[in-house]
Amino acid sequence: MIALALPAATTEEGFVPPTIDDTHYRDIFPWGGEYGVWFEGGFGKQMLMIIFSVILIATFFLMASRRNALVPGKMQFLGESAYGFVRNSIGKDIIGGRDFLRYVPWLFTAFFFVLVNNIFGAIPFLQLPSFSHPGSAYAIAAIFYLLWVGIGLKKHGLKYFKLAVVPSGVPWYILPIVVPIEIISNFIVRPVTHSLRLFATMLAGHLIVTLAGTAIEYMVSTGSILLQGTSVLVLGGAIAMYMLEALIMVLQAYVFTLLAAIYIEGALHADAH
Amino acid sequence: MLNAAIMAAEEGSSPLIPNLWELLVTVAGFAVLMFIVIKYVMPAFEKTFAARTEAIEGGIAKAEAAQAEANAALEEYKQQLVESRTEANRIREEARAEGAQILAELKEKAAAESARITEQAHVQIEAERQAAVVSLRAEVGTLATDLASRIVGESLADDARSGRVIDRFLADLETSSQSAGAAK
Repeated sequence: MIALALPAATTEEGFVPPTIDDTHYRDIFPWGGEYGVWFEGGFGKQMLMIIFSVILIATFFLMASRRNALVPGKMQFLGESAYGFVRNSIGKDIIGGRDFLRYVPWLFTAFFFVLVNNIFGAIPFLQLPSFSHPGSAYAIAAIFYLLWVGIGLKKHGLKYFKLAVVPSGVPWYILPIVVPIEIISNFIVRPVTHSLRLFATMLAGHLIVTLAGTAIEYMVSTGSILLQGTSVLVLGGAIAMYMLEALIMVLQAYVFTLLAAIYIEGALHADAH
Repeated sequence: MLNAAIMAAEEGSSPLIPNLWELLVTVAGFAVLMFIVIKYVMPAFEKTFAARTEAIEGGIAKAEAAQAEANAALEEYKQQLVESRTEANRIREEARAEGAQILAELKEKAAAESARITEQAHVQIEAERQAAVVSLRAEVGTLATDLASRIVGESLADDARSGRVIDRFLADLETSSQSAGAAK
């Protein structure tokens, strides 16, 4: 957010800061989706990229799992490693038990859906992490919100809400304070942070790169030797931020899936917490 | 967040307000991907994992079985070796004993044979001696009679008397020769 505020100070000196709308690369279709509008706008680049990511992931894993050989080839090995990573490192380790396999497809789909869409932000010309648009982040977080609440209700019935908000072993006179906190933290803050964490990191990274690009363009076009010279520093910083952003893209996909697994586990074993 | 929202509001759009189309496309994309994963990708991978686990565990089991079999065979061979050694020793002992027995038997048989031959020889000698004695008795009698008749003439032609004389004479002779043999 600092990144958003900083350039505002420089407006008077002739630099026009990029707005969030500028982070849109040119839309594929001229009526492309815009921020802040509900059903207006149309089929934007971001939606096309989401569909593209689905095709990409599906194609890769279908090809990787098609041969089904006991001794895997390169592609099958890659696919198996990717699947095994989500299955074992996230699903088995977090959810555990005998029936973690039932939730592996959710985690697996989420991880690669988020990962590929994030990495789109680091690929030139695509250069847009799909989850920097809030609609997508809300959608995928909502899917998991409904999933783990549903799991809790299915497993424990209506008692689930009591199990989720009343911690065991707390003295009765503290409960009036604890219960509202638990309700807010579990059922309101949790899904909101789940979506905003993903959305904000993607948008921030995207904004920084956009901002750096705009700044360099401005500094070079001023004609001032000093600004042109220092633009090299900005370029260096931008590249460093770009690398950091690439790391965060992978990390956030992992964090998102990990949290989803933790929430599912929490709903499954609500009585044990 | 608030700062950004305000700023964005000033510029006409908030980053927090979702485009519903994007939301729907994301849900649909997730659903499609999830369907493919559940229907095709996951069963294939799980099947491969299971097959691989089974192959490895089966291989280990097979190797263990082979090892056990080899151990059993080795044990059996050792057992057989010990048995055959014992057997060989036994056979050797038996052969030695048998050889000794055969030797003893042969010796015994040879001794018996020699005894038999000696006995037979004795019997034959005795028989021949008897025959000789008998024939001598007849011959000597005749010769002596002839001689005596020639010496004393016809008077002694009476057979009965001469026979009695001869018999008495021979009996005397025999007695003397027997007593001489006993003295000897």
